[in-house]
Amino acid sequence: MITFWILAPLMVVAALGLIFARKAVHAALCLAVVMISLAVLYAAQDATFLFAVQIIVYTGAIMMLFLFVLMLVGVESRESVVEVIKGQRLASAIVGLAFALLLTLGIGQAVSTSVVGLDVANQYGNVYGIAELLFSDYVVAFQFTAALMIVAVLGAMVLAHKEILIVPKTQKVRSEERIRDFAEQGKHPGVGATPGVYARHNAVDMPALLPDGTPLEDSVSAVIRNRQQSLPTRGRHDVADTLSQIEDPDLDSTSAPQIGVDQGSDEQEDA
Amino acid sequence: MTEYITLSLILFSIGAVGVLVRRNAIIVFMCVELMLNSTNLAFVSFARQHGNLDGQAAAFFVMVVAAAEVVIGLAIIVSIYRTRRSTSVDEANLLQA
Repeated sequence: MITFWILAPLMVVAALGLIFARKAVHAALCLAVVMISLAVLYAAQDATFLFAVQIIVYTGAIMMLFLFVLMLVGVESRESVVEVIKGQRLASAIVGLAFALLLTLGIGQAVSTSVVGLDVANQYGNVYGIAELLFSDYVVAFQFTAALMIVAVLGAMVLAHKEILIVPKTQKVRSEERIRDFAEQGKHPGVGATPGVYARHNAVDMPALLPDGTPLEDSVSAVIRNRQQSLPTRGRHDVADTLSQIEDPDLDSTSAPQIGVDQGSDEQEDA
Repeated sequence: MTEYITLSLILFSIGAVGVLVRRNAIIVFMCVELMLNSTNLAFVSFARQHGNLDGQAAAFFVMVVAAAEVVIGLAIIVSIYRTRRSTSVDEANLLQA
């Protein structure tokens, strides 16, 4: 009885958490608390087999499945607080209270206080007793549950199955397409130009420069181009700057080539 | 004995109110599970009261059916989510006149 009075308030609070929790994950955790407490209550009532099954099937398998689907569907999705039907919450609270009262009064009156206890029924062990029932009186129902399980597995497979609408191209098909494009349209079959690298910028958003100095837009990733983060569209000034430096005859004649020549001569001297 | 049954009734009512109030299909489903669990508690309690194991066998069958039901229900929720991008029970209104 002590077990009951410790667990019962906990279970009621956790069950209320199922109603009031804003996040779905919190509701799932509340349900797990209720289920584990129920398992303990089964053990307290001499139902040792159901105690194990409750832990394994409910808190193990079913709660895992719930959490799995929650993660799949989006943990952060919160439900809207707007009442679609006006006064639905108040009405359902009143209906729920009335329902609880009705059940408690009705069934509470009918339940007698005399308890036989399971000592005789469990004399060969709880698992033995349940097995004897399942495989004698309830054997047809047991077979039907087996059929139900198979149907459920098939149903879940059919429902969760997704048709492949577009067959993904294999490497072979793509390669043949490239060569065909080259033969028919003269499209370059090889790897495209990589984005240019300049000292002041990250490489990926700067287009490569063609030999005549014009930027090659295709060298920048299509994602960056569509977001208009490619440098010729975002800051033409920089590109123009860079281009002017490269094209500057003074720079050409003084700095870059000469440094190369100097370094070459230094290395030669070192050697 | 009465207190076990009362707890089971309270849990069942809370589950029923949850089904009425919540809009997220997954939480509605969890409330259904809560109701099934509370009936199991009643089954086990009555089994102890009457001194035979038929109630426990019934609870076992309820668990089996609940497991099958969860598998199918969650598969339905996932396939609805795939087409509607939402698990709210209010947005599954394709059949609405």
